[in-house]
Amino acid sequence: MSEDTRHPARTANSKAATRAAPGVPLLRIDAVVKTFGRFRAVDALSLDIAAGEFFALLGPSGCGKTTLLRMLAGFETPDEGRILLNGEDIAQIPPHRRPVNMMFQSYALFPHLSVSDNIAFGLKRAKLPASEIKARVKEMVALVKLEGLEKRRPDQLSGGQRQRVALARSLARRPQLLLLDEPLAALDKKLRESTQLELMELQRRLGLTFIIVTHDQQEAMTMAGRIGVMDAGRLEQVASPRELYEAPRSRWVAEFVGDINLIEGKFDSDTEPHPAMARRLAIATGQAGTIHVAEPRQPLAKADVCVAIRPEKIKLSRRAPAFDDMRTINRLEGVIADVGYLGGATSYRIRLDSGLVLRSSIANTARLDTDAYSPGQRVVAWFAPEDCVVLEQ
Amino acid sequence: MASGPNQLSRFNVTALTAGLAFLYLPIVILIIYSFNASRLVTVWGGWSLHWYAEFFHDQAMIDAAWMSLRVGATSATLATILGTLSAVALSRGAGFRGRTLFSGMLYAPLVMPEVITGLSLLLLFVAIDAERGFWTVVVAHTTLTMCFVSVVVQARLGTIDRSLEESAMDLGCGPFRAFVAVTLPLILPSVLAGWMLAFTLSLDDLVIASFTTGPGSATLPIRIYSEVRLGVKPEINAICTLVVALIALVIVAASLVSKISDARGKTAAPL
Repeated sequence: MSEDTRHPARTANSKAATRAAPGVPLLRIDAVVKTFGRFRAVDALSLDIAAGEFFALLGPSGCGKTTLLRMLAGFETPDEGRILLNGEDIAQIPPHRRPVNMMFQSYALFPHLSVSDNIAFGLKRAKLPASEIKARVKEMVALVKLEGLEKRRPDQLSGGQRQRVALARSLARRPQLLLLDEPLAALDKKLRESTQLELMELQRRLGLTFIIVTHDQQEAMTMAGRIGVMDAGRLEQVASPRELYEAPRSRWVAEFVGDINLIEGKFDSDTEPHPAMARRLAIATGQAGTIHVAEPRQPLAKADVCVAIRPEKIKLSRRAPAFDDMRTINRLEGVIADVGYLGGATSYRIRLDSGLVLRSSIANTARLDTDAYSPGQRVVAWFAPEDCVVLEQ
Repeated sequence: MASGPNQLSRFNVTALTAGLAFLYLPIVILIIYSFNASRLVTVWGGWSLHWYAEFFHDQAMIDAAWMSLRVGATSATLATILGTLSAVALSRGAGFRGRTLFSGMLYAPLVMPEVITGLSLLLLFVAIDAERGFWTVVVAHTTLTMCFVSVVVQARLGTIDRSLEESAMDLGCGPFRAFVAVTLPLILPSVLAGWMLAFTLSLDDLVIASFTTGPGSATLPIRIYSEVRLGVKPEINAICTLVVALIALVIVAASLVSKISDARGKTAAPL
């Protein structure tokens, strides 16, 4: 009975949740290690998250993202490292004493309790007066638009309604940090998209800090302000969705996030660049000749590189474009191998004369197919140096 | 009801009838003869409730029945508490040291011959100089029935999403509170079913009880057995019929409880 009374710090009082001091991140994960037997699920991972952020942990299954989330919630204890919340190490604090709440993938609604009792569960444990619990439940029910369903049991609700109850229940205690474990995985596509927008709206309005775990990059890109891409227990890159997509830091990230064309080649630092080619590099590739790319911000350390171009940045034309513009300097000839019509865009596979296959995605900006290409047609694929990313091998 | 491909063939019906008759005919005969007016067990002398009245005037028999009920209720309660705790330990504490040994030892009484269980307990009680009577039988029956409760409860625990308990902890419950507030209400039907199972097992046990009981505290099966050795009186039929009725009642109740809990877990129908 006394777990909570001894720890007034974990009251569900909204304003009691102390705002982080300026300069100190709300959450600091410091060299955290978690092993299961010989398997290193989370490997010396460090990450700072500021108050008010919507942060997504993205990665393939088994990359350790859920383990990391469970350590933040307190269900797993790190073997090494610290987890600082508002500067206080919470790594060893059990889950019921953390000002952190979690929304489970399975929702974990209590089947023997009604919607309002589910939402009130955490408030009762926080020993709030009955009148305040009632008011808070009402507020939460309104927040997730569940009015009229308060008396129902979880098994009398649809999947989308259950998801809302789970969200309301985890928000009811007004946690400083809300952890969401694949919160939308069980919803169908249409509902998922509308719920994504609602979650973002809710997070902005309440000014809370959300950390979401997902394997769906579309979802992470739509909702999160920053994304941490995880693989094998480590963070490969932490960046905004645009930076992640347009400036991946490694070949692994480039291939994991979205579609990409990769052309391997060598960079010769000795050759003097062409005067018209200031701030550009020439990469000699085996299968696509010389490709001109924009000079990367950091000088390349290794000669073995890989040129990465997103499919939508590769343009097609029937005849080679005029040489009047540096943007058309990279041009590769080939034959359309196959065509995939996706509605908003059409995806082409182009087999170059060297045998290399490139993918190009062209937005269907007109209703009629006058400028579509058909399999077997000869085309020129061209792209601007600025649209290429050079990655070290 | 049954039609088309589901219809029972003649062979099925014959086999079913023969099987049921083999199992239940002796009991049916026993029940019918308990209403026999004749003094001779095997001769039918018309309908009567005489032997039921006889039983209710047989103080020794009443005492034995009362003893059995008390032993049954007490040992079932103890077995339910211990069995539930061990089921929780086995299904929730995945990796504690000696888990395999613990589960092996817990389930040993399921396959252990009762004579051995009874004899070893008798030796123990003699060795520690425990006065044999009510409590020794209770302890013996608790060791016998605890594993059955554990099996029933563990099966139920296996179907409960672990994240329910985690969620309760996340919302401010310590581990014990989380168990009481969330897990226990969900496993309660199987805990009740386990109690009833333990109660019936205790009620009909003869072997272990006869090893561990003392003078003046005979249970009903012991009493019946000693009466029968002097010749079967029709009164015994009446007592047995009552025991059969009681056990049938408990079993029906147990299956109702688990049905209701299943319905609550699956369908939308509120109770």
